Amino acid sequence: MAAKKKTIRTIPQERTPCAEQDPMVRARNFDEVALGYGLAEAQREADRCLQCADEPCVRGCPVGIDIPGFIRKIAEKHLHGAYDIITDTNLLPSVCGRVCPQENQCEGVCTVGQPDTKLEPVAIGRLERFVGDTAIREGWANAPYIEPTGLKVGIVGAGPAGMACAADMAKAGCQVTVYEAFHEPGGVLKYGIPDFRLPNSIVDAEIRKLEQLGVRFECNTLVGRLFTVEQMLREMGFAAVFVGTGAGYPSFMGIPGESLGGVFSANELLTRCNLMRARDFPNYDTPLQPGRNVAVIGAGNTAMDALRVSLRLGAEKVHCIYRRSRTEAPARAEEIHHAGQEGVQFHWLTSPVEILPDGAGGVRALRCIKMELGEPDASGRRKPAVVAGSEFEFACDSVVFAIGTHANPILGQTSKLALDKRGYIATDDDLRTSMVGVWAGGDIVTGAATVIQAMGAGRRAARSMKAWLGLRDSDSVYGESASGTLFGIPREEHGHALLRLA
Amino acid sequence: MASSDLPYRIVRREDFSDVTYLLEFEHPMMARAARPGQFVIVMPDAHGERIPLTIADYDRERGTVTLVIQAVGKTTQAMQRDCRVGRSLHAVVGPMGIPSHIGQPKCVVCVGGGLGVAPVFPQARAYHEQGAKVIGVIGFRNRDLIFWQDKFAGVCDELIVCTDDGSAGLKGRVTDGLQQALQRHPEVDEVVAIGPPVMMKGCAELTRPLGIKTMVSLNPVMVDGTGMCGGCRVKIGDQVRFACVDGPDFDGHQVDFEDLMARLVRFRRAETEALQRFQDSCRLRAPAEAGSAAPLLDDRPAADV
Repeated sequence: MAAKKKTIRTIPQERTPCAEQDPMVRARNFDEVALGYGLAEAQREADRCLQCADEPCVRGCPVGIDIPGFIRKIAEKHLHGAYDIITDTNLLPSVCGRVCPQENQCEGVCTVGQPDTKLEPVAIGRLERFVGDTAIREGWANAPYIEPTGLKVGIVGAGPAGMACAADMAKAGCQVTVYEAFHEPGGVLKYGIPDFRLPNSIVDAEIRKLEQLGVRFECNTLVGRLFTVEQMLREMGFAAVFVGTGAGYPSFMGIPGESLGGVFSANELLTRCNLMRARDFPNYDTPLQPGRNVAVIGAGNTAMDALRVSLRLGAEKVHCIYRRSRTEAPARAEEIHHAGQEGVQFHWLTSPVEILPDGAGGVRALRCIKMELGEPDASGRRKPAVVAGSEFEFACDSVVFAIGTHANPILGQTSKLALDKRGYIATDDDLRTSMVGVWAGGDIVTGAATVIQAMGAGRRAARSMKAWLGLRDSDSVYGESASGTLFGIPREEHGHALLRLA
Repeated sequence: MASSDLPYRIVRREDFSDVTYLLEFEHPMMARAARPGQFVIVMPDAHGERIPLTIADYDRERGTVTLVIQAVGKTTQAMQRDCRVGRSLHAVVGPMGIPSHIGQPKCVVCVGGGLGVAPVFPQARAYHEQGAKVIGVIGFRNRDLIFWQDKFAGVCDELIVCTDDGSAGLKGRVTDGLQQALQRHPEVDEVVAIGPPVMMKGCAELTRPLGIKTMVSLNPVMVDGTGMCGGCRVKIGDQVRFACVDGPDFDGHQVDFEDLMARLVRFRRAETEALQRFQDSCRLRAPAEAGSAAPLLDDRPAADV
């Protein structure tokens, strides 16, 4: 390419806007909010990438996508090439382009967006989504030549961690089976994240790509109860198992009134609405009885989803209750912005103390107390303290708790996997668990986190799994991660035969 | 019907009464894994809801699992209409929940009321196999509704059948039967009670002054059954537990039954509406359907739901 070198002043200065549904219209439907780039917009935005030598974005990406590489391909109008580059490291571009917190990852460190430039970073997420959606529309799939190894790998949980691990192990030639307790694969991408942020049809399309790699999904299978992780290794012939069951077990606050009808965990509200389609009741059988006046406790991404789902289910007023201020809110800035646009009312520095009954089994009002911020606590966020005598109540008929989750107990109950003191599965840095041949990653190891972090964990576990199984890994062709010896033989030298004793 | 190669195929159906029916479906792996006290979640068709049902029996040789269902709402009535032998359920997941702890009691009373008669059977059998003396107390509204009397007789050292109207056995409720059992057998050291919340509460109140350990099986509204949604939360003593992963068996003396009953009806409005619509559509369709095959489970047109 003979194009002259781009500088920060020769690239298009303004970030290319992405069309969105009008807030007042979209707050009443489940169609996607952000409509995505067209080709011209994507190329204009691709032009904003400096192709800098430093590539901070690649380091900022939990799975290390070659971001300048795929952006260059977009600029060259070679969209399939862009897709090939992304799918070298990430099989789910349509998902990640939509739900990754890019402002804290690739876009947060983008050279174009550094403070001294006074420009906004390259819209990497939107470009990734553009490439992924193009691939789905055109029916592209990258099924590389896979040499079968004959090894069986079992994955527990068909969410983002399990899907990422499954993709890598399938590409390495393993026969991969993913077990899912729900009747559909996808995990939080299906039951949690609502369609207006990530349509379930996109998730299904990405799952079909995994199936094209040879991954098998077995739904309606509760591992631990139908069979145990130990049985998978000993009786079912799996050479290795990855556990990515998610966190589960939503938290409540323990305040009076939590068992009233109309009080939900965000997980229950979202699952009923998104996966079970209660929003289409009675065409779908799952009931929901959405509130007209909804209070959601918490200000993370799940809280934003619950707030915006409540609006779309027909609520007249939707309140966000958070005990710290907007600065500390864990949700992505974009989500809070979108929720505000749609009419969500924020009550910062407010904490609920009691849910008041309406006398007929439902909720009449929420009593809250004002908070103020004190010194920073262990998490570095300023600790909220109660303002004495500031209690007040406001009317609502539904209360949703979105204040995080505890560890899901099922695998702890049914296997000998060692847990940490909070009940999550204990792992080493390579995500190996206490049981030989078993890896774990995602929320069941770290507690609630993001989709891309779970996918990163799935891939990290796959890397370690491949080294343990003695499989070639394109990430470490020179044996860098396969250092050390096993039974006195250097790892890169050792054979591919798996011995099964007894 | 192309469903013969699908999983969860129904191999037996038995109608005990107008409202109570038995479904036995194929699932060899589940039949091997199931233990007394566990439950499954059934989703009868692709538009359906997920309903928890306690396992009534399992046959490891045949590779089947048995459920006994009461047609009380839209989903269970639609299943009563549509679930015939040879057809397949859309989804069944399980076994779920912590299996009942079958300890070493010398003498145990297994109480089943109404819908609870079936799920208490595996426990009665397990205690019987353990060598305990088992006294069965099973209750029905009248003699026409009685089922599984012979099955219970096979595993119980003594069986007390109760009917509300006295048309068979002891006239009265299962709590009266339990009272009688406790009077006759002071050596009873454990009671298992499964049935409607008000019945389990009655049993727990009977045994509380006697200090006899009483286990009950709770079946609140659930979605996933894996601890993820928290919809099935119940108050046990001063703690909140999830019936799906912390139960379904709990110490009856600790359970807050009022709370359980209140939470069971939290979707009453929508459930009533769904049932009404279903019954109306059945009446509308009845003449057209006479003589023709009943609609298939998995490919019902949307207008039919």
